[in-house]
Amino acid sequence: MKRRVLGMLASVACSALMAQAAAAQELTIFWAEWDPANYLQELVNEYEAETGVVVTVETTPWQDFQTKAFTEFNARGAAYDMIVGDSQWLGAASEGGHYVDLTDFFEEHDLGNVMAPATVKYYAEYPGNSGKYWAIPAEGDAVGWAYRKDWFEDPEEMKAFEEKYGYPLDVPESWAQMMDIAEFFHRPDEDRYGIAIYTDNSYDGLVMGIENALFSYGGNLGDYESYQVDGILNSPQNVAALEAYRKLYGFTPPGWSKTFFVENNQAITENLAAMSMNYFAFFPALVNPATNPNAENTGFFANPPGPGGAQFAALGGQGISIVSYSENIDESYAFLEWFIKDETQKRWAELGGYTASAKVLESDEFRSATPYNEAFYQTMFKVKDFWAVPEYAELLTAANQRLYPYVVGGEGTAQEALDALTADWIDTFKKYGRTN
Amino acid sequence: MTDVIARLEPQSRAATRGLSDLSIRNLFIIPTIAFLIIFNVFPLLYSLWTSFTDFRASTTAPANWVGLANYRELLSDPFIWRNFTITAKYVLISVTGQVFVGFGLAMLLNRAIPLKGLITTLLLLPMMLSMAVVGLFWKLLYDPSFGIINYFLGLGKFEWLANPDVALYAVAIVDIWMWSPFVMLLSLAGLSAVPKHLYEAAEIDRAGPFYTFFRITLPLVAPILMIAIIFRTMEAFKTFDHAYILSSQPTTELIAIRLYKMAFLEWQTGLSSAFAYIVLIMVVAITNIYVKYLNKAKAR
Repeated sequence: MKRRVLGMLASVACSALMAQAAAAQELTIFWAEWDPANYLQELVNEYEAETGVVVTVETTPWQDFQTKAFTEFNARGAAYDMIVGDSQWLGAASEGGHYVDLTDFFEEHDLGNVMAPATVKYYAEYPGNSGKYWAIPAEGDAVGWAYRKDWFEDPEEMKAFEEKYGYPLDVPESWAQMMDIAEFFHRPDEDRYGIAIYTDNSYDGLVMGIENALFSYGGNLGDYESYQVDGILNSPQNVAALEAYRKLYGFTPPGWSKTFFVENNQAITENLAAMSMNYFAFFPALVNPATNPNAENTGFFANPPGPGGAQFAALGGQGISIVSYSENIDESYAFLEWFIKDETQKRWAELGGYTASAKVLESDEFRSATPYNEAFYQTMFKVKDFWAVPEYAELLTAANQRLYPYVVGGEGTAQEALDALTADWIDTFKKYGRTN
Repeated sequence: MTDVIARLEPQSRAATRGLSDLSIRNLFIIPTIAFLIIFNVFPLLYSLWTSFTDFRASTTAPANWVGLANYRELLSDPFIWRNFTITAKYVLISVTGQVFVGFGLAMLLNRAIPLKGLITTLLLLPMMLSMAVVGLFWKLLYDPSFGIINYFLGLGKFEWLANPDVALYAVAIVDIWMWSPFVMLLSLAGLSAVPKHLYEAAEIDRAGPFYTFFRITLPLVAPILMIAIIFRTMEAFKTFDHAYILSSQPTTELIAIRLYKMAFLEWQTGLSSAFAYIVLIMVVAITNIYVKYLNKAKAR
């Protein structure tokens, strides 16, 4: 009898151990629903072939991504082992205890040098210049531009443009030229419009769009270390940039008041606009003839410099973090070790993901792989991002409330909108004790 | 013991063989009460406590008691007052529109017309659709480039949802389209209950249609119409789905949308709880005013 009991106990213990082992063979990565997530699933299938560990990339539509991720964080849920979270979540997720501190891992693998500098700064480090890292740069991304090559290269259009503006029609080399080109092609009677820009104020669409002008006009959103905004956010450069963005809005197709990445790709595929702003991650659809009848005639360029020559772009993309409530933290580390390998990063880029690996980005192979990779490479070394503080969502709400009425509704002036926003942000920083 | 059972009523005797009436009642009531306490009463009280703290669900920081600070902050925020003003305007336009359209349709259907049943069923279809689907559907109808509304009205590229002055009306039109059938249904029930002899008497007295409507039809339908108004007002205050999908204009940011952003995008849990209580108090107050009028209408 005693022997039978012992046998039963032993088999129960074995089953428990096996169950534990089986559980560790599965990892779940949470991300938004878009093409790069599909590419990541293809990549991690190769990890499974190598190691036997099944990695599932679980996705949700972009609209629900933040809510779903933070709901799971707040519940201290272990549903996801890793998450490819937005760069502005770093403050909220690290201070909230939702992300594992990856500083030692970062230093051990010298990721500060392996990855492109801007990606390390904005996807991984929080607070700024603190040397503390919470993510591994995963999907590099930034805002770039698509344009209709056939419209730009039409001899009659070129002649008419040069006659009107006094210089040849070509890819814009400045925001001023971009404005001219947008104005030139804006022909509502022909159902043809100048430009497509981001205007959606539900989340960060509009603000990211405006950032492209702000940063290239030499402006900033504030001092990310001292939290000073007065004199920076409402600077003359930012006022000029916001006025330029408002002017560009006047050259958009009708109904362009709540547009983001889907609509801006449609502007090219449906012959609506000469130029269209979008994140590089959405450009694969524009070179695919199945999704863009104008694929052959679509070109790409990096965000042009502003009047003072500064050239920056708004950062998109995300880093991959380990969720601190995961029951597979060691296995997640093992996966990240595989993910950062040069050959994995190269493969990631081949599949269509935007690697943040400096070595891969700089390679000729990468830069010539697609019609937009060269512009992406140029952009990724001059990107800037929104605040990553825990209260970023409140800052974003205030920005949408102040900037949208000016850009889309034409209410007030750019100076008034930025002064009001400056006052709002000062209040927010005071509320959270960041300034006195 | 056998004597006691023999003296009982036959039903009670049956009960002694199985569950008593009391046990059966408890079997149904206790889970319901437990369910209500867990899912209604506890969250209500917990959120009330939260509304007096600086709690943020997205952090591990403990909730600190801040007293009425959240309420003060909300009531002194001009954006919140703008949300309230927009919502009040929306409720007024939407509910008034639904009452006029719904009651008008009911008046038309309250007479002998061919295919009355089919027409009534078809008119009820909008309120059977999902709000999100309705939002997307109307977004296409309003589209300035290919929307059918501009085509039929000959408005060219008129921007319904981008124009800050028109966007709220555009959202309200969708609500009117969707929920007028509800008012119509209740009004039809009220109209069919009006005694025919009152109309016959009015006809004998040579009363005109205006007099008949205002002296007979409307007073008798008023209580049920008031119920429809109460329901629709409460629902209109909570409007979220189609307004969120249709337009992101600051002029269409209803309180439910602002509350959602505050609670689930900004994770200001304490502040949003206070906001929810302010909205609750307002809805209860407005509903009480309606109920007072409803009782008056019934008394007449």
